Amino acid sequence: MTIGSAFDIAAQVRAGTRSARAVVDECLAAVDAREGDVHAFNLVLADQARAAADAIDARVANGEDPGPLAGVPVALKDNLCTRGLPTTCSSRILEGWRPPYDASVVQRIVAAGGIVVGKTNLDEFAMGSSTENSAFGPTRNPHDLSKVPGGSSGGSAAAVAAGFAALALGSDTGGSIRQPAALCGVVGVKPTYGLVSRYGLIAFASSLDQIGPFAANVRDAALLLEVIAGHDEMDSTSIPQASPSLVDVLDDGVDGLRVGIIEELSGEGIAPDVLAQLHAAATALEKAGAIVETASVPATIYGLSAYYLIAPAEASSNLARYDGVRYGNRVDGASTTEMMEATRTAGFGAEVKRRIMLGTYALSAGYYDAYYGKAQRVRTLIIRDFARAYERFDVLLCPTSPTTAFALGAKTADPLTMYLNDVCTIPSNLAGQPAMSVPFGVGDDGMPIGVQVLAPLQGEATMFRVAAVLEAAQKVGDHV
Amino acid sequence: MSDVPEGWELICGLEVHCELATTTKLFCGCRNRFGDDANTNVCPVCLGLPGSLPVLNGEAVEYAMKLGRALNCTVNASVFARKNYFYPDMPRDFQVTQFDRPTNTMGYLDLPAGKRIGVTRAHIEEDTGKTSHAGGDGRIHGAEYSLVDYNRAGVPLVEIVSEPDIRSADEAKAYVDELRKIVLAIGVSDAKMEEGSMRVDANVSVRPAGSTEFRTRCEIKNINSLSSIERAIRYEANRHIGLYDAGERPHQETRHWDEENQRTRAGRSKENSDDYRYFPEPDLLPLEPSAADIARIDASLPLLPAARRGRLADVATVSAERAGLIVDRGQDEFAFRAIGAGADPARVLVHIEQNLKDGFGAMGIDEFVRLVAMETENKLSATQTKQVLAELVAAGGSPEEVAKARGFEAMQSSDLAAIVDKIIAENPDDWQRFVAADDKDANKIYGFFAGLVMKATQGKADGKAVREIFMQRRA
Amino acid sequence: MVMSQRLTRDDVAHVARLARLRLSEAELDEFTPQLADVLAHAEDIERLDVGDVAPTAHPLPLRNVFRDDVVRPSIDRDEVLAAAPAAQDGQFRVPQILGEEQ
Ligand SMILES: [Mg+2]
Ligand SMILES: [Zn+2]
Repeated sequence: MTIGSAFDIAAQVRAGTRSARAVVDECLAAVDAREGDVHAFNLVLADQARAAADAIDARVANGEDPGPLAGVPVALKDNLCTRGLPTTCSSRILEGWRPPYDASVVQRIVAAGGIVVGKTNLDEFAMGSSTENSAFGPTRNPHDLSKVPGGSSGGSAAAVAAGFAALALGSDTGGSIRQPAALCGVVGVKPTYGLVSRYGLIAFASSLDQIGPFAANVRDAALLLEVIAGHDEMDSTSIPQASPSLVDVLDDGVDGLRVGIIEELSGEGIAPDVLAQLHAAATALEKAGAIVETASVPATIYGLSAYYLIAPAEASSNLARYDGVRYGNRVDGASTTEMMEATRTAGFGAEVKRRIMLGTYALSAGYYDAYYGKAQRVRTLIIRDFARAYERFDVLLCPTSPTTAFALGAKTADPLTMYLNDVCTIPSNLAGQPAMSVPFGVGDDGMPIGVQVLAPLQGEATMFRVAAVLEAAQKVGDHV
Repeated sequence: MSDVPEGWELICGLEVHCELATTTKLFCGCRNRFGDDANTNVCPVCLGLPGSLPVLNGEAVEYAMKLGRALNCTVNASVFARKNYFYPDMPRDFQVTQFDRPTNTMGYLDLPAGKRIGVTRAHIEEDTGKTSHAGGDGRIHGAEYSLVDYNRAGVPLVEIVSEPDIRSADEAKAYVDELRKIVLAIGVSDAKMEEGSMRVDANVSVRPAGSTEFRTRCEIKNINSLSSIERAIRYEANRHIGLYDAGERPHQETRHWDEENQRTRAGRSKENSDDYRYFPEPDLLPLEPSAADIARIDASLPLLPAARRGRLADVATVSAERAGLIVDRGQDEFAFRAIGAGADPARVLVHIEQNLKDGFGAMGIDEFVRLVAMETENKLSATQTKQVLAELVAAGGSPEEVAKARGFEAMQSSDLAAIVDKIIAENPDDWQRFVAADDKDANKIYGFFAGLVMKATQGKADGKAVREIFMQRRA
Repeated sequence: MVMSQRLTRDDVAHVARLARLRLSEAELDEFTPQLADVLAHAEDIERLDVGDVAPTAHPLPLRNVFRDDVVRPSIDRDEVLAAAPAAQDGQFRVPQILGEEQ
């Protein structure tokens, strides 16, 4: 079912031993076979992908090097702007909108020889943990079509898991890359805030959003992150440094590395099968020479509350612009105010409305200090507690998701239950720190489980070393 | 003329929005230019397209800090905030501004007459687009639809908020006038009220004279010229007094100056208008100017209009107001240096005020100084001086050579005396009347003789010397 | 008093108006307890004494990020207006504006 690793594809295409066109055709064949069931994409760019592949092959034939992603099919979450191509955020309000510009990450992928094969489904405006909040219908988990793929980047996770693309990009505001990666059995990385330019990523919560890679293996994820990371003058919050070296450190091992298991996120509320895999992962790291102990990051328990005030507050402001004036859908009204109300009422789904209202409330006169202001102070506490933990540890470990993939519809009636899915992933967003989910074993239901590796700001290299060891441990059957 | 009836006091604070004259907008590289075709200076950022992000124009911050320092403000570490409200001229339906941590605070502006007006804050924010109202009568109410142009959206503004220290319409006008002069002097804005690059909102209230309370104020917007500031404030203050006199009271609201009808009128109150849900703009980072930055800004500031007026008034021993005319024309530096080089201050000011309105042309300061010296040493008559001056401005050269080429040489006093005696001899009747007249009438008759002398000497005679000779002969 | 008890159906209606959303009676009934639940969950941070803790608005210690005052190309007006729901005379067209002039 799979087209092979991105790393191998690029090497073969660059060497001229495999054509990009053949890769893309295989990929599109997989889409033809299963996309009807999975619904990973809002838009499949078959013709464009084939044309791009032909262009790559022509360049190789010409003796040129198309770059590190030569001929690699990449799926883009449909909240990344693509010039002239529909970009919807899985929302009715943006249906049909074609941005006049490419997101910076899209430019970098294309410049590296990558081939965009489609725009993937998501929870509307990235608000959700199951990809059920899409205006265009849910995405299903390729491992079990009755289950959700996680979210909000469920389409990207499913696309990689189903072999529709070798790589995919998602965005992670509270776990939206890592959680679907865990549920779909792929690698998902939320980089340090500011490592990857957000220019062209349609904002959900600006101080938390970060673009990151999905891949079938750790090395491919490192490869894609190297391509998209690095300073971008179009994003003020972009770290003014070059992209880090990640692929080269993957074989460095974890000997002597100090690994802490976050006790606050590894007990109550986490399913036993998930915990069992977490401890198996810890054991694997110990076997590889790491020193594993329990770590305490007390304030992480407040992460969920802080997040569900900060993220909706920022979202309420970021989503104000969808007013029917400049782009997107409009529902007419007798006055501009009525037109705006009608447009937004018809254009947004229930979850988006809930979060806009929650955020509006959290910022409104008289409640700012109690809600948004307080949440920002809690954010400081979380950063402080992480800093203390990182005095003792190089990386931290915890589950990615409290459970394996759940059934479609299981949590849609109760938003708070859905929000609780993000409890392990949210603290890294609040702290701006990198974290990634690595597939590690399966649950009692046979569905994938992800282990989450967390690192301090710009600690991607160490994080990837740990991830590589976890991945290798699985390959030799060194886990439960 | 008093603005308000006896027994009342007018209280006013001003909010002045000043567009900064940067090349590009505050957060994107689109041109900051007035008058271009609608929606031609727009990009994903200033249209607020999904996914776009702001990147701060460093020059705008530099200009804002300059303005802050020129207004004697403390320049602080500052943070941008989002002010959230829906309006079609705002591409993101929020305005990026500064809220609780503005760049400039606690400054002041001294009016030319000497009064000090506090400047509460001068913060950086983005301008909105422009809406025009079509159908109906073209005004916002009654229009069938509106059109939006985002060329102005994202243009950098500094909003300068004064303390309620202003006590008359005249002071308000003087404040805006002086602020405009400062802004122009430091070159951060073209400050054209007619093009909207300087916009004034006035907060007006009244109170019984002698009281210290602050009563309900109304904010007057849409004041489009320097002259309408006075009228709008005066109208509004008297409207309040009328309400109080009738046993009513004004309520806090935003009102609009209606230039056509010379009155303020209530805007429709905007729903939930006071709940702007400010929070720190997450797409922008804090500004933390260093002490070195502020020192650099201070060093870059030119001498400001008040100091220039004071400096010229000092050396010329005239009022600051009179010096102000020359300062406003930007001719004070020339005047100051000429006086410093020894030229007679009174003559320098008269020449600049009257004969050099259009500038100094090709004339250097040194040449001007020498010309004034020739005049004050009676080597040239006033008339001759004016002619030489005109030629220096037009073509340059040295005053001595120009005077010589025109034959403007001071006449020997013996030659002059001979001419005077000849004229007396030729006009005996008039001379007798002159001698017999009292001083007042003599003066009138003298004009006749002086004219004859100037004609005879083709203007070369020095008026003072001529008068002396006549008075000697008459005595 | 805990925060969640402050959230009433009227609060939700008010917030919806602020956010330019129209809610039906049924939606008000549905959303009010859902939002109250989330706010009830947030009571854990309400109880925290963090008065002496500085707020974090931003996870990175970046400061003073500027761009040079240099013109970059604008985008073509036809492309901009092609995306508009309504345009006229090179401008975006909206229905009559009843709110206050800004
Ligand atoms: Mg303002
Ligand atoms: Zn622009």
